[in-house]
Amino acid sequence: MTRKALWLSATSAFLALFTLGAHAEDRVVNVFNWSDYIDSSIIDDFTKETGIKVVYDTFDSNEILETKLLAGGSGYDVVVPSGNFLARQIQAGVFQKLDKSKLPNISNMWDTVLERTAKYDPGNEYSINYMWGTVGIGYNIKKVEAALGTEKIDSWDVFFNPETLAKLKDCGVYVLDSPADIIPAALKYLGLDPNSTSPDDIAKAEEALLKIRPYIRKFHSSEYINALANGDICLAVGWSGDVFQARNRADEAKQGVEIGYSVPKEGAQMWFDQMAIPADAPHVAEALEFLDYMMKPEVIAKSSNYVLYANGNKASQQFIDKAILDDPSIYPDAATVQKLYTVLPYNPKTQRIITRTWTKIVTGQ
Amino acid sequence: MSNAAVTTATSSRATDAGKSALARLGAAFVGRLVIIIPYLWLLFFFLIPFVIVFKISLSQTAIAMPPYTPALDFRDGISGFFAQLRQLSVDNYTWLTQDALYFNAYVTSLIIAAISTVLTLLVGYPIAYGMARAPATIRPTLLMLVILPFWTSFLIRVYAWIGILKPEGLLNQMLLATGIISQPLIILNTYTAIFIGIVYSYLPFMVLPLYSSLEKMDYSLIEAAKDLGCPPTSAFWKITFPLSLPGVIAGCLLVFIPAVGEFVIPDLLGGSQTLMIGKTLWNEFFANRDWPVSSAVAVILLLLLTVPIMLFQQAQARAQEQDK
Repeated sequence: MTRKALWLSATSAFLALFTLGAHAEDRVVNVFNWSDYIDSSIIDDFTKETGIKVVYDTFDSNEILETKLLAGGSGYDVVVPSGNFLARQIQAGVFQKLDKSKLPNISNMWDTVLERTAKYDPGNEYSINYMWGTVGIGYNIKKVEAALGTEKIDSWDVFFNPETLAKLKDCGVYVLDSPADIIPAALKYLGLDPNSTSPDDIAKAEEALLKIRPYIRKFHSSEYINALANGDICLAVGWSGDVFQARNRADEAKQGVEIGYSVPKEGAQMWFDQMAIPADAPHVAEALEFLDYMMKPEVIAKSSNYVLYANGNKASQQFIDKAILDDPSIYPDAATVQKLYTVLPYNPKTQRIITRTWTKIVTGQ
Repeated sequence: MSNAAVTTATSSRATDAGKSALARLGAAFVGRLVIIIPYLWLLFFFLIPFVIVFKISLSQTAIAMPPYTPALDFRDGISGFFAQLRQLSVDNYTWLTQDALYFNAYVTSLIIAAISTVLTLLVGYPIAYGMARAPATIRPTLLMLVILPFWTSFLIRVYAWIGILKPEGLLNQMLLATGIISQPLIILNTYTAIFIGIVYSYLPFMVLPLYSSLEKMDYSLIEAAKDLGCPPTSAFWKITFPLSLPGVIAGCLLVFIPAVGEFVIPDLLGGSQTLMIGKTLWNEFFANRDWPVSSAVAVILLLLLTVPIMLFQQAQARAQEQDK
């Protein structure tokens, strides 16, 4: 390349930078959401209606999102962390308070959900619920029936009772590699407070989990979707939405694999994915418009119909497919909802005990 | 040392050509520049990141942005910076010695990496040897075949092994159909699966350096050995293997070093009981959100890998000097 050509390309690179800067005046919103978590027509409709371009990016774990947010300068305007991650991030000063005067559609939100998300985000000042679900038991209906003689699973007993789980060992049991989801479930099964941080209680949960450890094939937080769908395992303790995804994949594959999901009667953990605006977001006005749009009943209903999760928008329920609204594994009945619990984030000291306990359960060391 | 040699060579050639002093200076400058680029590369992409990680490892975890303290910034001026500097401590390194978990994770990782490296060498050597002895016309094709897997994502290739190794997978179906086994083998989620995964993924890194050193070998040496009555096996151990040693060492290092810190293969193919340093690091960083402790784990891992390699290289250099 001649010197002249080099100069030319350098100048054009500079020009490109400047024009990019100029284009930033066009209205843009940078959204960072979970993968496979929206009906993409919603984004197109939003751009058509408001003229705001959506740069949509996805992640697949809270940890990745958190690392980006804590490092600062992520450049995102709307992010969707789960409740207990959100709580800690608010404490770290990651988010900005929402200007509710710009969010008229907030009146559509569901008080039952608001009450619970307020535990993570007091007064719901920083975030808006996108979807919520439960931590329960996903299972291969035929294989479980063959092993246990019944296809009805409605209690944590099938998992925490060593005698029952031993019968499922050979066909395969997967568990979330997530102490914050499994240790509270063990505490609940033992009749203790799922939010307990007392070392004695955690030790009791450890004991209960060590008893069933020999019958668990793998601890992993995403592989169970494929494993369930392919019929490689018969039981997985996992997140509701992931199990539904496995169910859909199994239905599409038409290999005769049927997947069930149960919210145990003792009570299950409820999780929430919350939309929030980072404190250093470059396009706050656009982000608020996006949030308000997502709270329109027919819009969020469209998203629920697509991703098969319950949302925290009461007014949207009239637009949700009957099959989804009546499915107790997605929208549990009022009595079950009463039993669902939330888990608050641990402080760093307890977190260390929990992680260490978990490593001992999982690896035996 | 070699840098100086290159510079002198460039400048002396310039003098011989009788060019002006300016041209000589220019040539020397270009020579220096060429040498300085790798150093800059090391400075920006190795030394500075390492210093940052090392600094974080001396901090304490905090619920803030960034999630540790002190952040070592100049918000309070120079004196503020030095006040922050005094807060640094080696507590995190002491912590690593207090729980046997970290020691066990390092040892397991080193053992798994060592076994995998030996296995890769055993599989890779015959392949490289075969390629080096193949007719020159088909060598490029063989080379291509070794590199070809890189065109598919590493993650997808590891995922494919799940499909092969699982109880109802391709391998078991084939063995069951041919009647070699009557019960499916449990390979997935065991150490065996990790070894298979690492050997498969890192094989090209072993084969390529081996091939390049074997290809350069003068085969008339083997013929001479044969003429002098040396049996093929001892000819291999006395001539071929020692001559290919640089390739063996390069290949082993290229496999061993990334295998120690391997995270994806044990995560996908190994069982949950596998305790490797990659997973321990993940836990510290993501589950405990303790950037300082995870940085300390990373610094120790780096020292564990680089110090023996540097000592080894020094010993080699000394041996070469003695040979001369």
